[in-house]
Amino acid sequence: MADPILTSDDIRHVARLAALRIDDDEVEMMRTQLSDILAHFQTLAELDTEGVAPTGHTTDAHSVMRDDEEMPALDREKTLANAPFVDGEFVRVKPVLE
Amino acid sequence: MTESISQNYASARDMRAKLDSGNTTARELALNHLQRIQETEKHTNAFLTVLDEEQLVTQADAADALIESGNASALTGIPILIKDNISTDGIRTTAASKILDGYTPPFDATVVSRLKDAGAIILGKGNLDEFAMGSSNENSAFGPVINPWGQNRVPGGSSGGAAAAVAAGEATIALGSDTGGSIRQPASLCGVVGFKPTYGTVSRYGLIAFGSSLDQIGPIARTVADCADTANTISGRDPHDSTSLDLEIDFAEYLDRGVDGMRIGVPREYLVEGIEPGVRSAFEASLGVLEGLGAKIEETSLPLTDHALAVYYIIAPSEASANLARFDGVKYGMSVDGEPNARESIEATRGIGFGAEVKRRILIGTYALSAGYYDAYYKKAQQVRTLIRREFQDAFQEFDALATPTSPTVAFELGEKTQDPFQMYLSDVCTIPVNIAGLPGISVSCGLSDGLPVGLQIIAPQLGDRVALQVAHAYEQSANWKLTPPEL
Repeated sequence: MADPILTSDDIRHVARLAALRIDDDEVEMMRTQLSDILAHFQTLAELDTEGVAPTGHTTDAHSVMRDDEEMPALDREKTLANAPFVDGEFVRVKPVLE
Repeated sequence: MTESISQNYASARDMRAKLDSGNTTARELALNHLQRIQETEKHTNAFLTVLDEEQLVTQADAADALIESGNASALTGIPILIKDNISTDGIRTTAASKILDGYTPPFDATVVSRLKDAGAIILGKGNLDEFAMGSSNENSAFGPVINPWGQNRVPGGSSGGAAAAVAAGEATIALGSDTGGSIRQPASLCGVVGFKPTYGTVSRYGLIAFGSSLDQIGPIARTVADCADTANTISGRDPHDSTSLDLEIDFAEYLDRGVDGMRIGVPREYLVEGIEPGVRSAFEASLGVLEGLGAKIEETSLPLTDHALAVYYIIAPSEASANLARFDGVKYGMSVDGEPNARESIEATRGIGFGAEVKRRILIGTYALSAGYYDAYYKKAQQVRTLIRREFQDAFQEFDALATPTSPTVAFELGEKTQDPFQMYLSDVCTIPVNIAGLPGISVSCGLSDGLPVGLQIIAPQLGDRVALQVAHAYEQSANWKLTPPEL
């Protein structure tokens, strides 16, 4: 088998980008498994896609603007009931800036 | 089989006839199903939430009143299971993930409001692979679903609970979601019918997003006609989903037209690698049935099929990595306490809350979208996606529909593929191209191999949903399998 495509540092870097805490055992498992999966993707390089427009969506959907009208929003009580930490009408979060 | 159980295996159309003629009531159907669920769940684990008797009776009495007043429609009084990645107002919705622990949506998905408006009976929520990522239902935080056809067999995934519940007589119809085969593959493995409509025909509002350009809600049922009726109930433009199409389609319109003179292509790339001999022979026999009904069956070639899996496993995880960024333990779900700041708290919550397969896909997707790799992976995959769409468009110049096996294998054993993610991904090799191109596809049972169900997949052009249903219905009526799993 060829050298794995990804290093442990690659996995740690991507996990940081994804805000995902993973332990050393997971890093090693993901390095092996993701390298194997990425190896299968290399076949795409064989295809000539010069000048081919990418497909983001299969319908002709385009961005639409709705009229700026008042509409009912989600029920505040039911919505806040789902938040793990609440203070009155607010959702509590840990400090973002220290 | 006792009469009440055999009644639980009736189609929705048969139940409709009995309801409308006064031979049964929505209340009786709902309570029979509740009893069946209570007896069967220890074998299947198909439900994550079952509504209680009072909740069912309230819905059923409203349905009976609707029937009494002459205002019943196709699904009034019909017992339905909702896959648990579809939001239900006031009923917990887990996506089979620990990270949504304690979450109760404050709103209904559009498909759920439409079912409620039609007077359908919602029985509960169906087990699935976490966030619909998987092909065996073994990625559920609430334990795997067991295929009613074999106690050591997977039901397929990710809509494993939906397919198993319909197969086991616990629900008449189930709503699933299909990003790469998650309706059709489990329907195939459980011996029921699964229909993925054309992308955009059914609103995704309230579906917990996985791959937004691929996800589509659709029905799992016992008959093709029941799938058409369900699609009619849940489809149509929805202002809450800007990708929903403004079209009026009667999905049942072509059901009885037969296949005489139709041209059906069989792409040879779907019949090569890894296909089990029993699947191949059941599939070939089904082509004989269609030929006997007057269809012209011809071999064809879709050479890009071999690249579809790579395209899918770049695009779907990329979209998933963005969609799943919302799960941060702040607004809903579980949250790890005791971390010093927001960043650490979010990382810890996601590290504990997500299972291994979800983490794998978030990491693949984040990698494919990251600086330096975007062009080689994500953009390349989107370009090949264009080529795959064109290849299908060309094929549909020649053929009315395409026929393939739904899955290269019958239901495999629990644990057989969990150690090798790529082997698991190959389970969807026949269904994935349909999502990449946004096409309609349906899986209908075409017999058994070693006592386990095999599925025939019919693929039609974009918005050719009625044609896919037409071919599948003609086959189903002629083959007349009426598969019922062994009594649990």
